[in-house]
Amino acid sequence: MKDKVLVSPAPHLHDSSSIPKVMWNVVLALVPALIAAVYFWGFNALLLTLLGGVSAVFTEALIQKLRKVPISVSDGSAFLTGILLSYNIHANAPWWLPVVGAAFAIAIGKQVFGGLGNNPVNPALLGRAFLLASWPTLMTDGWIAPKGGALSGITNLNLIHSNLQAVSGKAHALVTGATPLNIAQSLRDSTFVNSLTADAGTNMDLANRIFTGITDGSTLQNLFWGNIGGCIGEVSVFALLIGAAWLLWKNIIEWRIPLFYLGTVAVLTFFFGTIPGSGYSFSIPIFHLFSGGLMLGAFFMATDYSTTPMTRKGRIIFGIGCGVLTVLIRFVGGYPEGVSYSILLMNVFTPLIDALTIPKAFGKVKK
Amino acid sequence: MSYKSFPGGVHPRDHKQFSAAASVEDMPSPARVVIHLSQHIGSPSTPIVKVGDEVKTGQLIAEASGFVSIPQHASISGKISKIDRFYHPTGIKQVAIEITSDDQDEWVQLVDEADFMNLSPSEMKERVAAAGICGMGGAGFPTVVKLSPPEDKPIDTVILNGVECEPYLTADYRLMLERGEDIIQGLKLIMKMVDARRGVIGIEANKPDAIELMQRLCAQDPALEVVPLKLKYPQGAEKQLIYAATKRKVPNAGGLPSAVGVVVQNVATAVAIYEAIRYRKPLIERVISVTGRIVKNPKNLKARIGTPYSELVDFCSGLTEPAGKYISGGPMMGFAIPNLDAPVAKGSSGLVIFDTREAHDLEEKDCLRCARCVDVCPMDLMPSLLAMNVKAKNLDMAAKLGLNDCIKCGSCAYVCPAHIRLVQWIETGKVRWAEAQRNPK
Repeated sequence: MKDKVLVSPAPHLHDSSSIPKVMWNVVLALVPALIAAVYFWGFNALLLTLLGGVSAVFTEALIQKLRKVPISVSDGSAFLTGILLSYNIHANAPWWLPVVGAAFAIAIGKQVFGGLGNNPVNPALLGRAFLLASWPTLMTDGWIAPKGGALSGITNLNLIHSNLQAVSGKAHALVTGATPLNIAQSLRDSTFVNSLTADAGTNMDLANRIFTGITDGSTLQNLFWGNIGGCIGEVSVFALLIGAAWLLWKNIIEWRIPLFYLGTVAVLTFFFGTIPGSGYSFSIPIFHLFSGGLMLGAFFMATDYSTTPMTRKGRIIFGIGCGVLTVLIRFVGGYPEGVSYSILLMNVFTPLIDALTIPKAFGKVKK
Repeated sequence: MSYKSFPGGVHPRDHKQFSAAASVEDMPSPARVVIHLSQHIGSPSTPIVKVGDEVKTGQLIAEASGFVSIPQHASISGKISKIDRFYHPTGIKQVAIEITSDDQDEWVQLVDEADFMNLSPSEMKERVAAAGICGMGGAGFPTVVKLSPPEDKPIDTVILNGVECEPYLTADYRLMLERGEDIIQGLKLIMKMVDARRGVIGIEANKPDAIELMQRLCAQDPALEVVPLKLKYPQGAEKQLIYAATKRKVPNAGGLPSAVGVVVQNVATAVAIYEAIRYRKPLIERVISVTGRIVKNPKNLKARIGTPYSELVDFCSGLTEPAGKYISGGPMMGFAIPNLDAPVAKGSSGLVIFDTREAHDLEEKDCLRCARCVDVCPMDLMPSLLAMNVKAKNLDMAAKLGLNDCIKCGSCAYVCPAHIRLVQWIETGKVRWAEAQRNPK
């Protein structure tokens, strides 16, 4: 018998997972959110998303060619970074914004450090931070309302506002260009709240309706389905949860980081969510869980392999840290939203968290 | 039924369907056997025969060379034809004794001790030692050493390992179904030898008929019990089995089961112990699964120690397709061997043959830090971090991170999407670390 057999080390079985399978599965898990984006904003959302992906792939291939290393764009990781970057841009942005952002994300966020697995912070979020610092108005202005919905997600906000205008005789900045988190941020400002109650005068009902508007049932439903203003990939909690469920089921992401991230946000917003100077608590946890980029961040960004802790304890600490920072930024900081900076900051702590949480070997003898 | 288990682990498909239904068949004694001097952990046996000597089946041909060693016996009758280096089931060449058969299969005189259960423990242990028994689950630790725990470590529980968590293998399963009573006898003898009051048989959930049968056999004695275990790899690893059955953790850094009052023996070893004590029968045959998709008639064979693997495959009517990989042992921890020249050894539980597609050679990529290896490691280690430190030659750091606690079960490499050969790196690290300890700079 002539033997031409493979001799290689054990184990001789493999679960057939691979880097491309992981990455393309995450891309697949992001498709429902893209469908929602196209539904609400039309094909421009799809176009911007693809531009981000293609730019990332092209940038990675170019740099790998210059570095004279094998071109590995077919593994899907660059494409994934590109579309995640686009998901952080609103659907009304100019076409070159995701192109530049994704190129920066890959070049400076990933390849500079040696490519996949070696980058210290999430490249897509770094790209977003770069765009926000370079073109702040393009990134934060020009939100467009979803088809058939309101930017704020508050169904009668315009009506409430015109009533308020009729009573007080002046326009309020509250309504124009406000996403749910913009309104939440305004309501955090006691001067604003006081002026609003003063303007409402005896007609407290109007003020009440604004205070309660963002947490009433129809608003929360809009937040859940994504019928609000926001970035391409972040608005539809429903679509993101479908993707998240897929990733959890396929064992591609692990539950600790999302659970502790979302749990921390829920607990903190429950305890610290009252509007100053009023008796209203607009910050019921579900509003904060459903708004902004939290779902996208918790399931798709804070679970990035390279930039988050490997230890089980570390993942819990990471999730709690992200939650605390997100709530701090939303409640105390200058930005209405804090998910991406929270994750970026916690990325930086990842090596330290890992070093401090190395598990004890099974049967470790106490010394 | 409640199934016990351990933290971590993986769920490979068990592939046991190929040979699970095949009753153990006697493999005819072969025309030549190759008896290796290193079939066990410890020092190699010392030959006491020379080329040309005539030997009978069961005759002593090599002595134990120390406490952690075992004797070897002729597994056929015939003439010593060579003492040389031969392929070993681990894929390398080692010194072995070749016997050419005289086709008589003439045995040495065996006994049938009527009152074997009431022999003194020291007499029992002598017979086990004389029979050349080592652990038959794969690791091959000399059995009499395990049966002689330190005096200050009283043993209260004997666990028989009937888990057979390696995919494909069915030898222990068939043994439990066909020789359950002998296994129970073996268990009782082990309990006498180590003075334990509790005897436990651990069996995985994918063998419900074996669980049921052993439970029925255990019902006669309140000291005996079957512990059904979850289907999870590596459920049969010694420390994981002990934890599942007793909730006790064997201390790391070289701790032995005796530290937590436990002795573990494989079910096949229990049968060998029973035969050694009752019949003074040396360990010269064992059951081995010859299996795989391309094996024409996968079988569980009772084969003489030293039978060349190639003859086992021939006895199973050969292969239906060209082989891609020969695996000596199970596919998770076994050795890929270059050819079928190697013979059955005392620890050979299986010969698994892969086709060319099943034999994959995956290219190593950079670590993604996905931490799957961390999540599945049954020893709570960080395999990728260990591998990284070995690659960077930070051996002290690797040792601090538990390098030597690795049980090389392969769960980490099984799930690694970057296809990093984690076990190989860690094993390399162990060897280099040990060298560095011997020759400090």
